[in-house]
Amino acid sequence: MDYVEELKKDFRYIEGLNACINCGVCTAICPAAEVSEYDPRQIVDTVQHADNDEIEMLLKGDTIWYCGECLSCKTRCPRGNTPCYIIQSLRSLSIETGLFIESIQGRKQLALKRTIGEHMLKYGYCVYIDEIDTEMFPEQGPVWEWLRDNREQILTRLGASYRQEKSGALRKIPEESMKALQSIFDVTGATERFKKIEELSEKKAREMKISFNSGKDDYFRHLYEGHND
Amino acid sequence: MRYSRNEVWETYQKEIADNNFYFARSCIRQNVLPAAEDLFLKIIGTDLGKNIYDDARQTTCTGIAYHSGIIPFETTMTVVAHLFALMNEAGYENYACSCVTSFGIYSEVLETWKHFPEKEKEAREALKKATGKTFEIPKNLVHASDLIYKFRKEIANRSKYRLTDTTSGLPLKVVDHIGCHYAKIFPEKGIGGAEFPYVLAGLIDEWGGQQVDYPERRHCCGFGFRQYLLKSNRGYSVANSKKKFESMKPYKPDLIIANCPGCSFFLDRWQYVIAEMENTTYGENGYGIPVLTYEELAGLLLGYDPWDIGLQTHQVAVEPILDKLGINYNPDMKYKGAGNSNTDSPEQPSSIKMF
Repeated sequence: MDYVEELKKDFRYIEGLNACINCGVCTAICPAAEVSEYDPRQIVDTVQHADNDEIEMLLKGDTIWYCGECLSCKTRCPRGNTPCYIIQSLRSLSIETGLFIESIQGRKQLALKRTIGEHMLKYGYCVYIDEIDTEMFPEQGPVWEWLRDNREQILTRLGASYRQEKSGALRKIPEESMKALQSIFDVTGATERFKKIEELSEKKAREMKISFNSGKDDYFRHLYEGHND
Repeated sequence: MRYSRNEVWETYQKEIADNNFYFARSCIRQNVLPAAEDLFLKIIGTDLGKNIYDDARQTTCTGIAYHSGIIPFETTMTVVAHLFALMNEAGYENYACSCVTSFGIYSEVLETWKHFPEKEKEAREALKKATGKTFEIPKNLVHASDLIYKFRKEIANRSKYRLTDTTSGLPLKVVDHIGCHYAKIFPEKGIGGAEFPYVLAGLIDEWGGQQVDYPERRHCCGFGFRQYLLKSNRGYSVANSKKKFESMKPYKPDLIIANCPGCSFFLDRWQYVIAEMENTTYGENGYGIPVLTYEELAGLLLGYDPWDIGLQTHQVAVEPILDKLGINYNPDMKYKGAGNSNTDSPEQPSSIKMF
């Protein structure tokens, strides 16, 4: 596959790459570069060289998944490039080509699909109190535990509409809006992407001999907890 | 005290409508700060007498999922188109969102449609096919903190308290933290631009506090989307917040304020985690530095009861800032449920004082 031709179909690649002068300002400002093996300058340079083999290495590798998408690089680039947009186009291509399962970080897309991805279609929002416990999110701390354990009483006191069919925080989203979300996901490729992530992850899990089913199964735990990092 | 560069900041302005807003809730804020958005609606609607509509039909913008790489841009822009259609159906033209990630997403979608008109056409066709709806682009798009900034003088005029230490009489030292997606993507869409955003600093100046200008003032809180959301990648998040805390510590801030729901959460919770891991606290006398959102700070100054506006749901205790502001509060009411029902108090952490 000609990866450069594929990237050129993504407006984020077009918008993100003008002419990189390799000054490294993006790497200097990047929060990810400081804490992981990630160098946006190098990634932009690789993509700018348009070497198909090198781009394939990016699509199969961990580095494109280390970006935090804070977009600090967009503000600072003196040439108007946006390394993060290039990352977004590489991540999409990694999933579309199925190469995401070749890297530890890429494989973790399954854990994201099974949490925030599924939450959107279950609750209408990416996050919902019922799904956030201190086993998965220990940093939530004792106050969250108290709030969650007493949520009916406390959320009522605070005026939220928890699980109720009326406006307000944490309400039950009307059926009409939930159907609209699902339908938009079906029409615009999100449903298909979810399916692809599941199917290719199942194949990889089988290869790695880790039990694969749905929800928080062994393969999910393996990715979420980082047993192989 | 005013800085000379404030005058420079004031040249970066944006249009903020005066009235009639369609309000969009945040995925994160309504969970971790479940009273904050209703407080915002009360301040804008009841205290300031503006018309703001809280639509039960509204949904996620999908921003967190998009920035985590699990859904295509085409899905996100069509969900945004659907939200605009809901705004149109409700009879509004001005869109105000609670989430900074959403604000970035809406801005991104609108700019994309401007530069790539074929993407707007694609979104219109997808929305029609999926829901049968059409939409008009909002006349005015703002983040909720823009509205508090716009009405900061009116809020000051109605306030019972100022950002003054009632014991010493000195201005309180306040750190402002602006969510990256408020202005780093499109500087012209934020008050003050990306390098010197004034949206929260303006509140500090107007309400009598003193800005803290520390080296890592503009550094990201460390959300990182997929980095925080996966336990195995979460070190990214705490490392970035820690970098900020260490940088601000020598300035002894009394308070941190933030406009992004994620940032407000991380700057609160990572203080608890760092204390548990390293026995380090950043506030005085074993407490953390209290973290408030723009609406929580406005609410306190206006005289709302801290426990009615949900400040007991913060992990870092807010009592130190309440005491400095001279706000009377009843500690016995802090952990009450509906109808003053009793709940067990949260467990006390081992290294950071909570009450």
